[in-house]
Amino acid sequence: MTKDWRRKDLLGLQELSAAEIELILDTAAAFKKSPPKPLPAGRLVAFLFSEASTRTRSSFEAAALRLGVKVLSFSAAGSSLAKGETMLDTLLNLEAIGVTHFVVRHERSGVLEDLAPKVKACVLNAGDGWHEHPTQALLDAFTLREKWGSLKGRKVVILGDIRHSRVARSNAWALKKLGAKVVFCGPTALVPDGLSGLAAIEHDLTKALKGADAVNVLRLQLERMEQGFVASLPDYAEAYRLTPERFALAKPDAWVLHPGPMNRGVEIASELADGPRSLILEQVANGVLVRMSVLSLLDSGRSA
Amino acid sequence: MSESLIVGGLVVDPSQKLEAVRDVLVRDGRVVEVAAGLSKRTALKGVETVDAKGLWVIPGLVDMHVHLREPGRESDETIATGTKAAAAGGVTTVLAMANTEPVTDNPSQLAFLRAKAAQDAVVTVLFAGAVTLGQKGERLTEFAKLRAAGAAALSDDGRPLMNAGLMRRALEHAKDAGLLVIDHCEDLTLSNGACVHEGPSNLAKGLKGSPAAAETVQVLRDVALAELTGGRVHLAHLSSAASVEAVRLAKKRGVRVSAEAAPHHFALDESMIPGYDAAWKMNPPLREKSDREALLEGLSDGTLDAIATDHAPHGCAAKSLGMDQAPFGVIGLEASLAVALTELYHKKVLDKKRLVARLSAAPAALLGLKDKGTLEKGAAADVVLVDPDAVWTPAPPFRSKSRNTPFAGRRLKGRAVKTFVAGRLVHDAAA
Repeated sequence: MTKDWRRKDLLGLQELSAAEIELILDTAAAFKKSPPKPLPAGRLVAFLFSEASTRTRSSFEAAALRLGVKVLSFSAAGSSLAKGETMLDTLLNLEAIGVTHFVVRHERSGVLEDLAPKVKACVLNAGDGWHEHPTQALLDAFTLREKWGSLKGRKVVILGDIRHSRVARSNAWALKKLGAKVVFCGPTALVPDGLSGLAAIEHDLTKALKGADAVNVLRLQLERMEQGFVASLPDYAEAYRLTPERFALAKPDAWVLHPGPMNRGVEIASELADGPRSLILEQVANGVLVRMSVLSLLDSGRSA
Repeated sequence: MSESLIVGGLVVDPSQKLEAVRDVLVRDGRVVEVAAGLSKRTALKGVETVDAKGLWVIPGLVDMHVHLREPGRESDETIATGTKAAAAGGVTTVLAMANTEPVTDNPSQLAFLRAKAAQDAVVTVLFAGAVTLGQKGERLTEFAKLRAAGAAALSDDGRPLMNAGLMRRALEHAKDAGLLVIDHCEDLTLSNGACVHEGPSNLAKGLKGSPAAAETVQVLRDVALAELTGGRVHLAHLSSAASVEAVRLAKKRGVRVSAEAAPHHFALDESMIPGYDAAWKMNPPLREKSDREALLEGLSDGTLDAIATDHAPHGCAAKSLGMDQAPFGVIGLEASLAVALTELYHKKVLDKKRLVARLSAAPAALLGLKDKGTLEKGAAADVVLVDPDAVWTPAPPFRSKSRNTPFAGRRLKGRAVKTFVAGRLVHDAAA
């Protein structure tokens, strides 16, 4: 199963091949059918989260526990990280304590690029700044692939604050590599044309939704209002909230996704989020499988 | 009396429209004569000779934009180390910016710095005074007093002067004082804490970018204010195509505006930045290929008068903080001539004379230095012997105390072989 896997780290999806992404999804699918064997004894995961997280951290923790990996109780808030110990020193010290897997969330884009090669342990990016959130995109791709069998030729609209979104960037890399057509949609201030190398750009939601097979709605951060990126939440919603009327412009069998946490009634209407075409809770459930897959593949890459 | 003769080199001196094999006679720190066959003259038998066969002989480079970090940050650079770096790069005159700690905004600090330079510097160091007290953009400094104390120009470089009304007054007073105002064009409300250019590669990396317009709106403002006041304004380190075009149009209208380009901006663009390496972080940032090409065009047609490095040393610890948190700036003195030769001369953007003009004659003229940037009789014997074809790769340790440069490990073609300041050998690549 793991003979084609050589990486010990998952920092982003930009650098992964389509085959590697397929292998992660296939492994997760296999785990869904029959629970995996535990990883070899002695595996210990530490979470370094300098930003708040509910879903991602719990999901990773559940994945680790289901693989028999022990979880080190460690809180970045009260740690030496907060005292100004460099990130590298923290990683090296925790590695010396016996940590074999780091799951890191950090507010700075690209923070892991230099660090990961300097430790033997696996490094998993759980979100770095606006750069990448690979496991979120993998679980989104997994969920859609499960529905469709294949992503080839499918049109996926990613709607909202693309500029500040690591989820959007990771999704674009993953979905495109798997053959889907990706459209970024949102106001010009939040969807800069300079991102046209990652996905098609469409500022008109009506046009973007035409022929869409899925819409992945991103959370609108409230602080964007103060920075002038949106005039107000109601003004944003006026043009970009995904409502049942607008969603009807997509294909009749289109799906709705949202990485959470949702601002109900701002970027997405509650009846869509809770409706029959919503995959939101399936995404969360699949997240554990995908993270189990990543943890075990990286573990094999570390030992190799 | 000290006398020496530089023999058999190709003298390239745009101030005399000269590009021919000549001998150069130097006496007591001055150029005495440039002519063919001087070495055969009987009266000059026995004079110490410097063999320049196969080399170019050019007036020393004048770099009108450097940061020497003294006083305040001597761990990153000093007048001694910065000028050694300059000498190694063929730079014989530098203009040191005023964003020191404390800011160079008063006559006594200027006097201190000039005394320090007289003691420590191996090339000529000129100093800019700040435009506003503490570079806070609130109150103007005393231009007449700064000039009397030896300031060579005025600049708040590093801290953009956002207040247009104050900039207007600065240009008026500077005109009266006969000093050049050098402006770092950046609208801080547009750059807004960004660490890189807002371009495709940086957007994909999730880095906060500043648009080229952050520079261009201030370029256009300065052009309008120069026109209003009749004052001269020099625009530092232009980085964008629109800025170059704005200067080109202003010059056509006769506005007294000049501009410089830095080697990193005309040699590199944002798509080349490896990952999140802060050795590639500077302000203004590396922009796009189309901007780089516009800079080359501006250098070619003279819209951009001068090449200046914006040599900005920072220690390794500060630069290791990552792209978003590391300070802005790259060093440039040791490689600027080589980068210019590689990117401008060998790629046929500029011929020899125009290359030397941008590196030496033009910046000397902008700063009103009559005896620099030229090898005319009576000029300072600031002379550089250049091997235009020497291939080398910059690698630390450098003569600069710092090593923050995107050119480390990059193959360059051409370099300074020997550098003389006032006839004195201050750099010898063979030594």
